[in-house]
Amino acid sequence: MGKTLFDKLWEKHVITGAPGEPQLIYIDLHLVHEVTSPQAFEGLRVNHRHVRRTERTFATMDHNVPTKDIFNIKDAISLKQIETLKKNCNEFGIRLAEVGSEDQGIVHVIGPQLGLTQPGQTVVCGDSHTATHGAFGSIAFGIGTSEVEHVLATQTIWQLKPKTMGIHLRGKLQEGVSAKDIIMALIATYGVDFGTGYALEFYGDTVDSLSMENRMSICNMAIEGGAKMGMMKPDQTTFEYVKGRKYAPKKMEEAIDYWKQFYTDSPADYDKVLEFDVSDLAPYVSWGTNPSMSVPISGKLPDIADMNFQRAYDYMDLKPHMAASAIPIQWIFIGSCTNGRLADLQEAARVLKGHHLAKNVTAWIVPGSRTVKNDAEKLGLDKIFKDAGCEWRDPGCSACLAMNPDKIPAGIHCASTTNRNFEGRQGKDARTHLASPAMVAAAGIHGHFVDIRQKEVI
Amino acid sequence: MEAITIHKGTTIPLMNNNIDTDQIIPKQFLKNILKTGYGKHLFHDWRFLDDGRPNPNFILNQPERQGATILISGENFGCGSSREHAAWALKDWGFKIVIAGSYSDIFFMNCTKNGVLPIILPLEARQKMAAISPEEKITVDLPQQTVECKSEKYHFDIDSTWKKKFINGTDDIDVTLDYSDKISEFENSMPSFS
Repeated sequence: MGKTLFDKLWEKHVITGAPGEPQLIYIDLHLVHEVTSPQAFEGLRVNHRHVRRTERTFATMDHNVPTKDIFNIKDAISLKQIETLKKNCNEFGIRLAEVGSEDQGIVHVIGPQLGLTQPGQTVVCGDSHTATHGAFGSIAFGIGTSEVEHVLATQTIWQLKPKTMGIHLRGKLQEGVSAKDIIMALIATYGVDFGTGYALEFYGDTVDSLSMENRMSICNMAIEGGAKMGMMKPDQTTFEYVKGRKYAPKKMEEAIDYWKQFYTDSPADYDKVLEFDVSDLAPYVSWGTNPSMSVPISGKLPDIADMNFQRAYDYMDLKPHMAASAIPIQWIFIGSCTNGRLADLQEAARVLKGHHLAKNVTAWIVPGSRTVKNDAEKLGLDKIFKDAGCEWRDPGCSACLAMNPDKIPAGIHCASTTNRNFEGRQGKDARTHLASPAMVAAAGIHGHFVDIRQKEVI
Repeated sequence: MEAITIHKGTTIPLMNNNIDTDQIIPKQFLKNILKTGYGKHLFHDWRFLDDGRPNPNFILNQPERQGATILISGENFGCGSSREHAAWALKDWGFKIVIAGSYSDIFFMNCTKNGVLPIILPLEARQKMAAISPEEKITVDLPQQTVECKSEKYHFDIDSTWKKKFINGTDDIDVTLDYSDKISEFENSMPSFS
């Protein structure tokens, strides 16, 4: 019997514990942000404990920061949380990419960008989208604040080994269809909890041909299918991405030799396999209040299957059987740990170039990090966005979760490149429609969703 | 952590599936740097009207439901964000036990750290519990792994390590620090490419 990528990574990190019971796992990289860490640091302080491995810990500020003017935090409670992180990092000796720093940004954007994220690692963060880092061939998952405290104090975590699910992605995407559409289609097909209790591995010729940015968009949303871990085997694309980054290994060739052992021996080794052909996939848009409530752009909204659907239709103020392309859009948001990387902004800019937003559409473009912002400006993307009528903002989580001043107003339908369309997620009574960067940009031009596979729409 | 062995309490049913942690505790309440005080914001957007008054139709606000300690719900409870504030808010409001069809993995782990016992039972059993009167109590016996409602007993499964942890109210970090030598040994054997 062979082993999966996940099995090999897991075995390399078990310190103690028998299979079938919670095992103590070593953590290679612990990413920290301001929202889920203050109580953890307080716990250390109260118990006179220290951070075991400061060099394996890295902090930034992302959830709370305003993105209209990042240097002007008006909310006193937000400011206190930001200042608390700074104080804690100083006290415990942790590296911090603070507001204004070249390295600041969304935690799941900066980890890979700085070369902190590497193949073969275990990565945790007090944030459910930590699965993003699994795209590098690592076990990466979100944890709660008590676990943050545990990792700070011990550099380890107790976990029950999950089962493994291989998701075989086959075929070539049509032009205009993106990695985001693959993960949205999977969740629409298999539901918001198909991955609960599993570590997902995406594999196949489709994955092999994707860029690291696109791979990250897929792993990022594993949690929306219930799986706290989503991963892909590291390959030449991965190694090239890591090479030369600020915190990449100095002995790169030795590291690559080591990383090459991490792959699944045979699909027969997974506990479960899903086959998914992407050749005929259409772009997806969400209509309801969880990510499985999504349809292909060419489709119609579904029947009311149960009370959960009725509730979603009431909240979204939409009707069954209407065409997905008829969903009205008054706001677009481009950014987040799902789609806030340079490649995502380039894709949105490609669509928006030479166009203007439809009347009554507001657009916020929020780069995933300070570096993404600077790189985009070097390419002139900011000018394309501004010419189209969009606001070009500072880096942060922004209206993906709207705990900063960046909120979508009540009743507004917002096409969004983010990951969650829960009730109130982007602002109280705001109506979120998830889609890819190109689809969101095109919806901004037209004031409703359009099928970007049709040339005449852009 | 507060220990749980045998618990008797009244219930609140919220039978929707996929109740996410954004509903349990909306983001505007995550700015606090404390672990306590979240109960008054539990299910905020469902619990309060736009003008800030309690929504009389929402079950948590009904006078006969006050003091309930057991929440009955649907599938995939606690999905979405990893915010432990969801477990803190449930606990702070007074819930000691959640009975659902399934849980998100992260929320489940957060419950194990806070003495909120997440029990899994099939829909049929939960529907019976959801239908009992507000003053009627059900009994959860963790050592026996049973829930008793209207003289019917339902068995539930739980991992033996988590079970022990709930019964003893153990602090994880103390346990792990006993393995410090093993952790150091592990660190010394790790490959380094720096």
